[in-house]
Amino acid sequence: MDDLVRMSATELADALTNGQVSSVEVTQAHLDRIAAVDGAVHAFLHVCDDEALATAREVDRARSAGEDLHPLAGVPVAVKDVVVTHGVPTTAGSRILEGWVPPYDATLVTRIKHARLPILGKTNMDEFAMGSSTEHSGYGDTHNPWDLDRIPGGSGGGSAAAVGAYEAPLAIGTDTGGSIRQPAAVTGTVGAKPTYGSVSRYGLIALASSLDQAGPVTRTVLDAAWLHELIGGHDPLDSTSLTDPVPDLVGAARQGATGDLSGMRVGVVTELGGEGYQPGVLARFSEALELLTAAGAEVVEVSCPHFEYALAAYYLILPAEASSNLARFDGMRYGLRIEPSAGPVTAERVMAATRGQGFGDEVKRRIILGTYALSAGYYDAYYGSAQQVRTLVQRDFSAAYAKADVLVSPTAPTTAFRLGEKLDDPMAMYLNDVATIPANLAGVPGISVPAGLGDDGLPVGFQVLAPVRADDRLYRVGAALEAALESGWGGPLLAQAPELEVAR
Amino acid sequence: MSTGWRDEVARVAALARIDLVPDELDRLAGELEVIVQAVAKVSQVVTPDVPATSHPVPLSNVFRLDVPVAPLDRDEVLAGAPEASEGKFVVPQILGEDA
Repeated sequence: MDDLVRMSATELADALTNGQVSSVEVTQAHLDRIAAVDGAVHAFLHVCDDEALATAREVDRARSAGEDLHPLAGVPVAVKDVVVTHGVPTTAGSRILEGWVPPYDATLVTRIKHARLPILGKTNMDEFAMGSSTEHSGYGDTHNPWDLDRIPGGSGGGSAAAVGAYEAPLAIGTDTGGSIRQPAAVTGTVGAKPTYGSVSRYGLIALASSLDQAGPVTRTVLDAAWLHELIGGHDPLDSTSLTDPVPDLVGAARQGATGDLSGMRVGVVTELGGEGYQPGVLARFSEALELLTAAGAEVVEVSCPHFEYALAAYYLILPAEASSNLARFDGMRYGLRIEPSAGPVTAERVMAATRGQGFGDEVKRRIILGTYALSAGYYDAYYGSAQQVRTLVQRDFSAAYAKADVLVSPTAPTTAFRLGEKLDDPMAMYLNDVATIPANLAGVPGISVPAGLGDDGLPVGFQVLAPVRADDRLYRVGAALEAALESGWGGPLLAQAPELEVAR
Repeated sequence: MSTGWRDEVARVAALARIDLVPDELDRLAGELEVIVQAVAKVSQVVTPDVPATSHPVPLSNVFRLDVPVAPLDRDEVLAGAPEASEGKFVVPQILGEDA
C-alpha cells in the first residue's frame, strides 16, 4: 500500500472498496499527519479525532457486513469553518462565535454524513470569508505548504492548505468572489465553484447570499467531481436551490482525462490578463493553452468589456449584503455578548459593544462600506449602479458563450505573496480576486487547476469558466489539462512541493 | 484625510451598531475614502436603460411542501446563547428609557 495520505480520494475509495485498507487506517493516517504538520501549517481550527474514527469504524463494520455504500464512504473530508456542523464548534473564523456549537447540520454536511465520510475537522478561513489570504482569521494565519512564510490564499486558505499538505484528501470550501479557486491556485491544488444554486446554501453562515456557493477542494480534478456530485442537487431548505439534477461530473472528468477535447471551443478572455499579471503566471497560462490546442480544442479570443467594472461592483454588492447578513450577530442568541463599560445596558448598546469587540478589522471595514453604500442618498449611485453593472457582466458572459463553450484565464494575477505583505492595503488585497469575481456576479461555475510554477517556484492556477448549469464542461477541460500537464511533469505538481518538517 | 470622512464613518458605524475606538475611526476614514473612490467607477458605465440584477439565477414561486418538520432542539439552541433561563433567551432591556 502506498503512503495513505498521498493517495487521491478516488484511489482511497478503490482501496477501501477492494478491502486493501480500512477506513480506520485511512482516517488515523490523516489524523496522524495533522498532528505532525498542522502545528506549522495551521489549516485546522478544530480536529474531530473521536467523531471521525467513530464514523470510520462504522463504515468498516458496514462494509464487512456487505452493506451498500457510497463510493466515497470511509474517505475522510475536512470542512471549512463557515459551514455549520451539529455538535462540532463552528466559528466562521470569528471571535464573535468562539465556542459556538451549532444545533443543526448544513445540508451539505448531512449529505457527507449520509454517505459516511469521516469529518476530520473544521478548517481556518478569513473571518466570515472576508479576505484573500486567511490573514483575517480571528484565530491566526494559515501557512502555505509550499512556503510557510506565504499566504495560502483566502478566504478558504485552511481547506486548500489541508489538502495541499496531505492532511485531508478532500475538503469543502465556499466561494463568494474566488475563495475556493484563488486558494487552489496559490497552493497547487484543485478547487471548483459550482453554478450558483446547484449546491445548497442551507447551513452556510451567509456572507453575501447572492454570491455564496460551496464546492469541492481537492488534489485532483476527478476527486473534485466526486465530491461535487456528493454535495450537489436540489434542497427544499434553500429557496435559491436549483431543481436540476446534478450533471454527470465524474463521467465528464473521466472523458476529459482521455485527452480528447475535439469540438471544444475555448475562449480566452482578453480583459483577464496582461497588466497586473506576473510574467510567470502569463507564461504558464500560454503553455496550458497550447496543450488544450494540442488536445483538439479550438482557442478563440473573446472580449468581456465590462469585467473592468466587476471588481468595483463586487465590492459594493458584497459589503451591502454582508452588512445585512451580519446584523444577526447582535449578542442576543449566540456567540459573544459584551456589555458597555458605562451607561445604560440596553440591547442596542450591548449590540454595538459586542460587535465593536467581536468583529475584526476587515469585517468592520466591509460592514461600514456596505452600510454606507446602502444609506440614504448614496443607494442609487453605489448599490443601484453596481446591480446594473452585474447585468452588464452577465451580458458579457452571454455574448462570450455564443463564441466559446468555456472561458479561460489565469485564476489569480500573482503567485502566493508573503504573509503581511498586503495586510495594510485593502485595495491591493481586493485585486487578488479580479479574475474570479465575474463568475460570482453572473452565477457561472468555475474551476482552478494547477498550471505549473511561476518564476518564484510557486504554484500558478488555470481557471476554466462554463455557462450556468454546464459544470460538467469544467471537469472535462480541467481533467484534460491536468492529464496533459502531468504527463509533462511526470506526476502531480504537488510532488514538486518541498517536504514539510514533521513534528514528533 | 478630511474630517468629513471621519464624521461619515462615525455616522455609518452608529447605523451598523459597531462601537469604534478613536484610532479605528481615523484608520477607517482614510480607508473608506480610498475604497469609495475606487468603487465609484460603477456609475460611469451604466445608463438608465440597463436593468438591475439582484440575483444571478432567478427563480420564482419557490415553495416547499407544507408538511410539519421537527424544530431545532430547544436546549441545544439555548446552550449557545450568552444567557438563557427557563427555556428562554435572556436579553438586556430593549428600550433606553425607564430602566
